[in-house]
Amino acid sequence: MINTALVSWKAFGPIVPEMFLVCIGLFLIGLDVFAPKRREFLPWLTVIGCLAALLMVAGEKDIVGFGGMIICDSYAAFFKVICLIGVILTALMSEHFRRTEGLNQGEYYSLMVFSAVGMLLMASAGDLMVLYLGLELMALSIYCLVGMPRNDGRSAEAAMKYLLMGGFASAILLYGISIVYGLTGTTNISQIAKFTVSGNLLHNPALLAGLGLMLAAFCFKVAIAPFHFWTPDVYDGAPTAITAFMSVGPKAAGFAVFGRVLLTGFPQFHDQWGILLASLALLTMAIGNITALSQTSIKRMLAYSAVAHAGYSLLGVLSGTAEGLSATMTYLLTYGFMNMGAFAILVLLASPGNRRESLEDYKGLAKTNPMAAFLMLIFMFSLTGIPPTAGFVGKFYLLKAAFGAGYTMTVIGLVIFSSISAFFYLRVVRYMYMSDPQENISLDFTPGISAALGIALLGVLGIGLLPGSVIGQAATALLGQ
Amino acid sequence: MSAPLLSALIFFPIIGGFSLLIVKREDVQAIKIMALIISLIEFVLSIPLFFMFDKTTYLMQFTEHHSWIPAFNINYSLGVDGISVLFVLLSTLVTILAILVSWEAIEKKVLEFFLSILVLEGVMIGVFCATDIFLFYIFWEVMLIPMFLIIGIWGGPNRIYATIKFFLYTLIGSLLMLVGIIALYMKGGHTFDVIELARHSYPIKFQIWLFLAFFAAFAVKVPMWPVHTWLPDAHTEAPAAGSVILAAVLIKMGAYGFLRFSMPILPQATQAMMVPMIVLSLIGIVYGAVICLAQKDLKRLIAYSSVSHMGYITLGIFCLNSQSVEGGILQMINHGVVTGALFLCIGMVYERTHTRVIKDYGGLASTMPVFGSFFLLFTLAAVGLPATNGFIGEFLILLGSFIYRPWAAFFAATGLVLGAWYMLWLYQRVFFNPINKKVVGLPELTTREIITLLPMVGLVFWIGLYPDAMLSFMHVSVTHLIDQVQGSAGAAKQVAAIVLH
Repeated sequence: MINTALVSWKAFGPIVPEMFLVCIGLFLIGLDVFAPKRREFLPWLTVIGCLAALLMVAGEKDIVGFGGMIICDSYAAFFKVICLIGVILTALMSEHFRRTEGLNQGEYYSLMVFSAVGMLLMASAGDLMVLYLGLELMALSIYCLVGMPRNDGRSAEAAMKYLLMGGFASAILLYGISIVYGLTGTTNISQIAKFTVSGNLLHNPALLAGLGLMLAAFCFKVAIAPFHFWTPDVYDGAPTAITAFMSVGPKAAGFAVFGRVLLTGFPQFHDQWGILLASLALLTMAIGNITALSQTSIKRMLAYSAVAHAGYSLLGVLSGTAEGLSATMTYLLTYGFMNMGAFAILVLLASPGNRRESLEDYKGLAKTNPMAAFLMLIFMFSLTGIPPTAGFVGKFYLLKAAFGAGYTMTVIGLVIFSSISAFFYLRVVRYMYMSDPQENISLDFTPGISAALGIALLGVLGIGLLPGSVIGQAATALLGQ
Repeated sequence: MSAPLLSALIFFPIIGGFSLLIVKREDVQAIKIMALIISLIEFVLSIPLFFMFDKTTYLMQFTEHHSWIPAFNINYSLGVDGISVLFVLLSTLVTILAILVSWEAIEKKVLEFFLSILVLEGVMIGVFCATDIFLFYIFWEVMLIPMFLIIGIWGGPNRIYATIKFFLYTLIGSLLMLVGIIALYMKGGHTFDVIELARHSYPIKFQIWLFLAFFAAFAVKVPMWPVHTWLPDAHTEAPAAGSVILAAVLIKMGAYGFLRFSMPILPQATQAMMVPMIVLSLIGIVYGAVICLAQKDLKRLIAYSSVSHMGYITLGIFCLNSQSVEGGILQMINHGVVTGALFLCIGMVYERTHTRVIKDYGGLASTMPVFGSFFLLFTLAAVGLPATNGFIGEFLILLGSFIYRPWAAFFAATGLVLGAWYMLWLYQRVFFNPINKKVVGLPELTTREIITLLPMVGLVFWIGLYPDAMLSFMHVSVTHLIDQVQGSAGAAKQVAAIVLH
């Protein structure tokens, strides 16, 4: 009897970080309710909790738990690290953000932590059901976060849109899963691949349809065109810190699922999904970059840029190779740092009653606040993909992987569209450095935002100058090894 | 050589530039002096390259080698040979002059300006020293950032258009080259080392594609006709220092890229593309010169003359014999010196008049006689008068192209005639003619300005009278390069012959 008890406790090994985070989330709500005067500690507690979870994730060994439902491998760990870094940076930003927006509720932070639990589950999902659970946990928390500023019509609209569209996507996903389950008799991702071969399903149109439906839902989650229409509105309407969070965490989790399902579950169909995703990637890059050109609000511009970057990241997945996946992983990490950095500047610039989301507000920033302008300059060049920043390293790896897999035209497409993207990223630099200031903005570098900017800068320049270790990590974290 | 001299040359100005940040922003004088001292120390640091360079070998010298991204076999490897060493020296010299000419001209964001110039210097040297093609690419792209800022922040009225055009042109070209570099890596045994890559032989069709990919980057930078249109805008709008660096060093990198990468790595494609490249060069020579005749703006005229002169350089390089290639490289230095000096001069006079329109000038020779003599000297060097450096370079290129095809030399020579026409006509309009009201009473050159111009005068005569001082650096390296291009093509023919039998 004692032995079984031991065994059953051990079975929870693979989800220790998740359980820990759930406790943190509950604790944050509790603190909010029972010690409302201590609310200024909320962001810091979130940061500490996520850091602890990060250490746990990093220390995890390769284990498979719950009968193959949860897979803890270095692939999952890499994505979990990206998501947790996303949460940490968002919490740090929120420390500043709550002063301007008055978002002081405890549930803000606990919802963030709960969505992180969802992402972590998605990253290590070995079964379509766990995947779905994780996805819903993540999505539901984020719907609430988007609508958090209750008195703001834009936020409410964004939350509503996101909820409806997200619900629709989830339904499509479930439909796809049920078809796949019906044909293969399993929801275990690696078993699906086996049954496809043994059940002679390689040319089964229904299975392809099921896969197609699942892909559509994943594309929705990571904002791949033509399933990206929610992105600009939701990103624009959400509180800025949450927008930053959405552009990194859920996206990384979405790509983790993307890679795992396609490469473990449907590797035999690479001929079909490879070419399909290649055309979607091209479409996404085109729509994201070209539409971003005409934006006048920096938040919307970054939203379209997020769409474009999803297109870039897809290049690694569609290669269908281990190298491609590690390229996507590296890219998402670098994108996390640079995009979070850019959004942190947005948060920093906002003041109560004036969000300063228009590009015009950046005119002459170099004169009034050289430090903020210089940081923004680095993030913009990184998003463009100019060395010695992380953006270049990530893009280079993607290009290399996709080229190695034979997608030459997609590679050339990326190159052309990222030259186009230079135009709108540089417009920010141009406004900051080459125009005269319109108002004298005084910025308040609070500890939280300074820390967030510092970490982002360190990530962007660190990976840019010494990419060796990160690439090494990503390259060894290959699926199934 | 144990001391990492090249790394020092690359990183000293970059670190030096950022150390300006410790100076108080308002203390403009201290910033200027500090920047000048940094650039002078940098120049002194580069002098050993001139004296300790071994002219008897084509191998890379002063080499450094460290692993950088082991997963991709990317190394931080540096080295100079006879082709690149002179450009390092040119960069360190020109930066000093660029700082001197900006002394009074830059009034806003002084700290950022000198920071950009110093960072740019380090990065430029990196471009010439990198022997790992990935590292080269990094420096090549990083260069865009300071230059973008220099033109865009401190440039003329139309600066934003010019800097965006410059950035986008170069970026598209560079990114296509990046795809080429990745392709090369895949086929060339998963290495980025230039020398290793050159040892491989690639299928001819692959070589042609790759040549075109590299062409996209290098031709834009040179700039070759028809992708030259960014240059007049960038040159015209850039501040004097920006124009000088652009003319003297930046646009040389395109030609350098052909010499360092396209030719040794893709020898057969180089031979196959020889005629198209020569034709483009000739069009550039004549087109640039004819356009010069119609210019109303001083800086624009010199910019178009650069298009014409760069045509000579690419002509020399692609005639693929040792005279023409040596002439091409020497002409790169010459053009850097002469056009750099002309832009310095224009910067000095612009500071006084704030106009670049040729019509606003006239009779400057009587108001600023010393300036007039300097300008005359550089004008004559630009048209290639014997005893100036321009003559030697152009003569070697013409000689080399005549050996290759007399018709090429013929067309190139028409460019010389046109060159003499537009330059002397410019001189006449600006310095002779009746005195224009706008130039009455202009102050003569200050000592600082004369000091800025003197090194260039020295170089004009030094190279003009004793060209072997420079040519001796290149002989061995150029011969080796020609062997690589001609030899491997010959070897490939032999292999093909054996296979066919």
